[in-house]
Amino acid sequence: MSDLTISNLKKVFEGTEVIKGIDLEIKDHEFVVFVGPSGCGKSTLLRLIAGLEEVTSGHIYLDGAEITDMAPAKRDLAMVFQTYALYPHMTVARNMSFALDIAGVDKAEVKKKVAEAAHILELEPLLERKPKALSGGQRQRVAIGRAIVREPKIFLFDEPLSNLDASLRVQMRLELARLHQELNATMIYVTHDQVEAMTLADKVVVLNGGLIEQVGSPLELYHHPVNQFVAGFIGTPKMAFLRSKVLKAGASSVEIQLEAGPSYSLELDGSSLNPGDEVTLGARPEHIQVTEADASPFQVTLEVTEHLGADTYCYVKTGTGESLTVRAAGDFIGRYGQRVGLMPELPNCYLFDAGGRAIPKPGAPTQAA
Amino acid sequence: MMTLKQSRRLQTLLLGTLAWLVALIIFFPIFWMLLTSFKTEIDAFASPPQLFFTPTLENYAEIDQRSDYFHYAWNSVVVSFGSTFLGMLLAVSAAYSMAFFETKRTKNTLLWMLSTKMLPPVGVLVPIYLLFKDFGLLDTRLGLVIIYTLINLPIMVWMMYTYFKEIPKDILEAARLDGASAAQEIYRVLLPICKGGLASTILLSLILSWNEAFWSLNLTASSAAPLTALVASYSSPEGLFWAKLSAVSTLACAPILVFGWVSQKQLVRGLSFGAVK
Repeated sequence: MSDLTISNLKKVFEGTEVIKGIDLEIKDHEFVVFVGPSGCGKSTLLRLIAGLEEVTSGHIYLDGAEITDMAPAKRDLAMVFQTYALYPHMTVARNMSFALDIAGVDKAEVKKKVAEAAHILELEPLLERKPKALSGGQRQRVAIGRAIVREPKIFLFDEPLSNLDASLRVQMRLELARLHQELNATMIYVTHDQVEAMTLADKVVVLNGGLIEQVGSPLELYHHPVNQFVAGFIGTPKMAFLRSKVLKAGASSVEIQLEAGPSYSLELDGSSLNPGDEVTLGARPEHIQVTEADASPFQVTLEVTEHLGADTYCYVKTGTGESLTVRAAGDFIGRYGQRVGLMPELPNCYLFDAGGRAIPKPGAPTQAA
Repeated sequence: MMTLKQSRRLQTLLLGTLAWLVALIIFFPIFWMLLTSFKTEIDAFASPPQLFFTPTLENYAEIDQRSDYFHYAWNSVVVSFGSTFLGMLLAVSAAYSMAFFETKRTKNTLLWMLSTKMLPPVGVLVPIYLLFKDFGLLDTRLGLVIIYTLINLPIMVWMMYTYFKEIPKDILEAARLDGASAAQEIYRVLLPICKGGLASTILLSLILSWNEAFWSLNLTASSAAPLTALVASYSSPEGLFWAKLSAVSTLACAPILVFGWVSQKQLVRGLSFGAVK
């Protein structure tokens, strides 16, 4: 019932364009996450949808009706703020009923809805408390409760978990996922944390510099990043990037020479490449094997190892000074300065051209960035 | 040699004495005024001044006979509360927009508003007097309400702006998304949150309006004259009558002193609130 369509949306702040033309469709019941580095415009985009910022140009439609210039009060959207933004002078119950009171909803009805929301969020014992007597996690739940009672068309979340400590954040993340299932509502969620994006989203929108880099499901973004930015942004630890040159390029294979190592042949559609082109090889940490130094032609120096139990992350440096992270087995033992060999799993590697665009696999439909 | 503890104690003693001295100096004129108001005119003039005398109420009786105290007191009340109400209406709206919809010029506008307080009032006496004459506002309570609102507005806006600045913008945005209109946002969320600041701004405005003398003396004659004008009327024509002047001053000060006494806790809290972050 609640589809949101954004077309060619732009926002200029004092001469600086922060949203540079965004087209996006969000379908009913979808959990959409806007993710990107700070300053990419994700919060601004959310505030434009909420009506808290004025749109410079472009259009926003909610269920087919234009809401671009509508007052936020009339949009029927609820927002959960990073700072929770609870009304400090009201009790938890009054915080949650405020919107309904303003809308003139019948008192008994208000009470019922507040009780329902309090039940879902386990806030019943706290209803008569003031926000300052609550912990961070409880405040967050009240903020969510305030949104729930309104039964809005869309829930907007602006980095709601970033003020919580790590363990609480994981717990609230699960609760949000459960809530989305339970309420079956459309949710838009802004975060700079790609783990939150990956775990919560049906659809992730990766933003960078006021533009959409890619829209897709978490796994689509993980497995098929359209460009180097998305490839580097999604996944922890970060994908390793290695500067390379094209030796030979054909419609079904590309041969490259690593600046810091050997040459490799990749099964990719290199028809847009020419020999001598600068390209970047991308490999996720889990797709590079660590071997003995002389077992591989690609040798690097080990700098730091992090033992996480099941895995060990090795931070290594190539002869040309490029740093990358690779994943080794949990029992891997290495010492600082040790020479080790690397074996990239070539079928799982990516190649990006000088403009950062991903080189497609042979026969794959070219994706528009 | 003094120990550290001893020198600390001495320091406290000295500071305490100094504080009492300053307080006494500030309080003394009020005390002397109160004392003089119960003297006869002859006692009031006596030299050296007398601390012990037979108190009399004759000054108060005469004031009651000569002028209608309650007429003036009522004018003071109406004008103080009227200008405070009008001023708050304007100040809250202005401070709201300045604090939450700030533009590049907001800071300068605020400074400019405050700078008008640095202008000597007498500099604009003639134009204001003529304006009041043309609009028929001379010797009207409405006239005083307007002028008091105008002279106190910069301080009221400044104070409210400072209090509003401490309220996170998110809270108001949350209210906006919850369906609140701008007025509901202000009256149901913003003002209840800074009711301390609101109270001290109101108090300050009441006190400033109550005590204002320059404009009330120049713009009123009798029908709208507040207590300050009543006091002044006892000073001039027949020479100075210290005892009566003291009695009428006491009567003029009493209401606002009591008012200030009752609300001093709120006032001090409000004035120091926001000064230290």
